[in-house]
Amino acid sequence: MLTLEGVVIRLDGFELQADFQVEEGKRVAVIGPSGAGKSTLLNAIAGFVEPVAGRVLWRGAEMTGSAPGKRPISLLFQDNNLFPHLTVAQNVGLGIHPGLKLTAEEQARVERALARVGLEGMGTRKPGRLSGGQQSRAALARVLVQRNPLILLDEPFSALGPALKVEMLELVQDLAGELGATVLMVSHDPSDMERFADAAILVADGVAAAPVAVAELMENPPPALRDYLGN
Amino acid sequence: MAARAVPLKPVNAFAWIAVAFVAAAIFVPLAAVFVRADTMVKVLTSDWSALRFTIWQAILSAVFSVGLAIPVARALARRAFPGRGILITLLGAPFILPVIVAVLGLLAVFGRGGLVNQVLGWAGIEPVSIYGLHGVVLAHVFFNLPLATRIILQGWQAIPGERFRLAANLGMSPGQVARVLEWPMLRAVVPGALMVVFAICLSSFAVALTLGGGPRATTVELAIYQAFTFDFDLGRAALLAVVQLVIAGVAAALALWAAVPTGFGAGMDRIVRRWEAESAVLRAGDAVWIGLAALFLLVPLAMIFLNGLKGLAQVPGMVWTATGTSVVIALITTVLVLVLALSLATARRGWAEIVALSGIAVSPLVIGTGLFIMVNPWINPAHLALPVTALVNTLMALPFAMRVIAPEVARIEADYGRLADALGLRGWARMRWLVLPRLRNSLGFSAGLTAALSMGDLGVVALFADPDFATLPLQMYRLMGAYRMEAAAGAGLILLVFSLALFYLFDRGGRGDVDA
Repeated sequence: MLTLEGVVIRLDGFELQADFQVEEGKRVAVIGPSGAGKSTLLNAIAGFVEPVAGRVLWRGAEMTGSAPGKRPISLLFQDNNLFPHLTVAQNVGLGIHPGLKLTAEEQARVERALARVGLEGMGTRKPGRLSGGQQSRAALARVLVQRNPLILLDEPFSALGPALKVEMLELVQDLAGELGATVLMVSHDPSDMERFADAAILVADGVAAAPVAVAELMENPPPALRDYLGN
Repeated sequence: MAARAVPLKPVNAFAWIAVAFVAAAIFVPLAAVFVRADTMVKVLTSDWSALRFTIWQAILSAVFSVGLAIPVARALARRAFPGRGILITLLGAPFILPVIVAVLGLLAVFGRGGLVNQVLGWAGIEPVSIYGLHGVVLAHVFFNLPLATRIILQGWQAIPGERFRLAANLGMSPGQVARVLEWPMLRAVVPGALMVVFAICLSSFAVALTLGGGPRATTVELAIYQAFTFDFDLGRAALLAVVQLVIAGVAAALALWAAVPTGFGAGMDRIVRRWEAESAVLRAGDAVWIGLAALFLLVPLAMIFLNGLKGLAQVPGMVWTATGTSVVIALITTVLVLVLALSLATARRGWAEIVALSGIAVSPLVIGTGLFIMVNPWINPAHLALPVTALVNTLMALPFAMRVIAPEVARIEADYGRLADALGLRGWARMRWLVLPRLRNSLGFSAGLTAALSMGDLGVVALFADPDFATLPLQMYRLMGAYRMEAAAGAGLILLVFSLALFYLFDRGGRGDVDA
């Protein structure tokens, strides 16, 4: 269970409140107009933004105040998910040990993760020599070796074409299933949400609402969502 | 959206040590200077004239350098011609060209027996002397015209090409384009360029030492040196050091206020097509400006090579000893500068940067005076010539290295800091896998700059060295003082080759790895 308990985030005169729980193993879309604070919500959960009030808990243990690297979270950003000067295998390996001191067994794990996402034999390449889709796969291989129970996606596939994006989201769905992980993903696209999410958190007017089942939300959208969707 | 809301990471121990080291190395000698300075103000008329001369020559140098740089930069901004890239690269060269080597080249062109006087002699005109105010200003223009040109050229290239297209579409004349597009840019860029050149020339020592001198052409820096060598009057040297500190401090503050550009930036290979400037007259005018600037820079450099090759055979053995000493000092300086700059830049705090940059406001001779006063009662200062020279060179090169490294560290953190945080990359792992690999180019470039600057510096070593010890620039100066000009020219070529080689090796070492 991911719990946000009376969380208030304040950034340059902007305020966002969040008080909800997300059940483990769910895939939850985070939707809302741009500038409403979707990324900020993820940043607060990941530890890049400290809330001015409230607590963030995972399985009942408080995460608020601990460093981003210490949280049981794998996170993919919009861009810069790979270090361009390191090989693909090194980039994945950083998910196991941040000093890259890997045992033979751990190196084999990196290779298996690369094979799992369809990058077999590409471990020695630099990210610059991969296509956009392959770069996303490499980042997902790292998520796989990190084995974190919580995955946050801040639109990492927004630069990909529609077909490739669907492919990546399917891969995320599979990997999250294998890991038994909970997924929060920022989304702009209602069809992505309907296809991949069990529930959705609506971020609008300074409030991140509790997750609501997607079907229910689409059937009976609140005014803010209706304005956002435009129909 | 992801603003800096998380409190900054704690400063590591390296940064504290680096800050303490740099601050102590600057401020303890300054304190010594203040304590020792004569308070019984017996300021001599010669000191007043040194102050007046220092400011006056700096003003003239700034005005001539920047005034001439404007037409040269405009010509470079709007003309494509073979060799343009090489010429622009050469405009960066005076930065790593040892001052005393350049002076030798200028003497070969403008000196008593130089090319210019030979031509004048054929025409039956009396030879002109390079020594004095005009010689000092000439040398300063030689060094700073290229710098000012690069700064102003960047300003020109910051004007979007679309605006010139729009101007052409509106049928603007060259004068109208100048008023609407170029004048506003110059008004923003020129004050900064003037301040940089002015500030650099205020602390002129080696140029004044070789081309100035005498009651009418002595800078404050040179007066400090003379107070040591001629009178051994430490109180007066310290007083002059305070004067120098005040004027350099004021200039540095003014320069910061004018938001000083560096001229290091890349991207000067873009030429914007200028429809309004295609008349033959304007083309010819630009060609003349570019030609004159190239001659002014290249002829002295060529003379250094020609005379140097002739003089190599005359080079005494002690030149090679001095070369070894200078290389050792340059390498020590480079290591110190890189360690300090890296520690201070990764702290990512304003105060760390200010401490590193404060070396700009203090001149080598001011620090040298303070160090001399501190050690003199205990130990023969000549024994410390090598470490003191390395230390002072470190303080002088550190600001330049910081200007290169700190923005790069900030960019690395902006691009990859969150990813590194999310992966728990901290301490040495972050350094090893993120900062160092991505900083490689900047580190190589800074190391090259530092090594070349240190190799060619003639400053504090003149205070500390005894006749048995010399760096290569000092050895060259001694040969010149003994009128062994051919041997000096040979030593000058050796110095030039070593400076450029050190720069090239370090800068090259930082490149490669095209995938990154």
